[in-house]
Amino acid sequence: MSATVDIASWILLVAGGFFCIVGAVGLHRMPDFYTRVHAASVTDTVGAGLVLIGLILQAGWTLVAAKLVIIGLLLFLSSPTAAHAIAKAALGRGLQPLLGREARSSKR
Amino acid sequence: MFAAVAGALLATLALALARAVLGPTVFDRVLAANTVGTVAVLLLAVMGFLTGRPDFLDLAIVYGLLNIVGTIAVLKFFRQGDLGDPGEDADPRADGR
Repeated sequence: MSATVDIASWILLVAGGFFCIVGAVGLHRMPDFYTRVHAASVTDTVGAGLVLIGLILQAGWTLVAAKLVIIGLLLFLSSPTAAHAIAKAALGRGLQPLLGREARSSKR
Repeated sequence: MFAAVAGALLATLALALARAVLGPTVFDRVLAANTVGTVAVLLLAVMGFLTGRPDFLDLAIVYGLLNIVGTIAVLKFFRQGDLGDPGEDADPRADGR
């Protein structure tokens, strides 16, 4: 493997790990449920995408890369579906979003 | 370097698991469980490269499929209280009842 592809692969992998942690910190610290959905989708899209592209660059043109593409397509289709279903189910059960005035008053 | 990415994914897992334990509503727990599933798929793929055994990728595919089915099933149960309910969008006259 050429050194350029190797370096690009490591940059993508480290950036993917960083964005996974960013999404998880948001999932832990955000004030209400709907903002947590937004934070969790960072992990599902940017983090997973960057890690998988980095692994594909490591694998080269092999069957392993084809399986990684299949995993990427699966996550690409399933995680927005799951996020939409979670938010719609919460709204259907009457969970109210934290709006601006309440958020400011609860911070005091 | 694969170990660094695996460590980052483990930290993500720990934070998501803390949200699943702390979460005030059941939807927070389902959201955290969905994130744990996504990160587990990524961790399986990275572990396959870390140990030099790409067979782990098949497990990752199966885990991703089970993750989406489990999330949708749990959400349908908590939204409607019944897994066999056709939902509010379905026309009740369509099946003759």
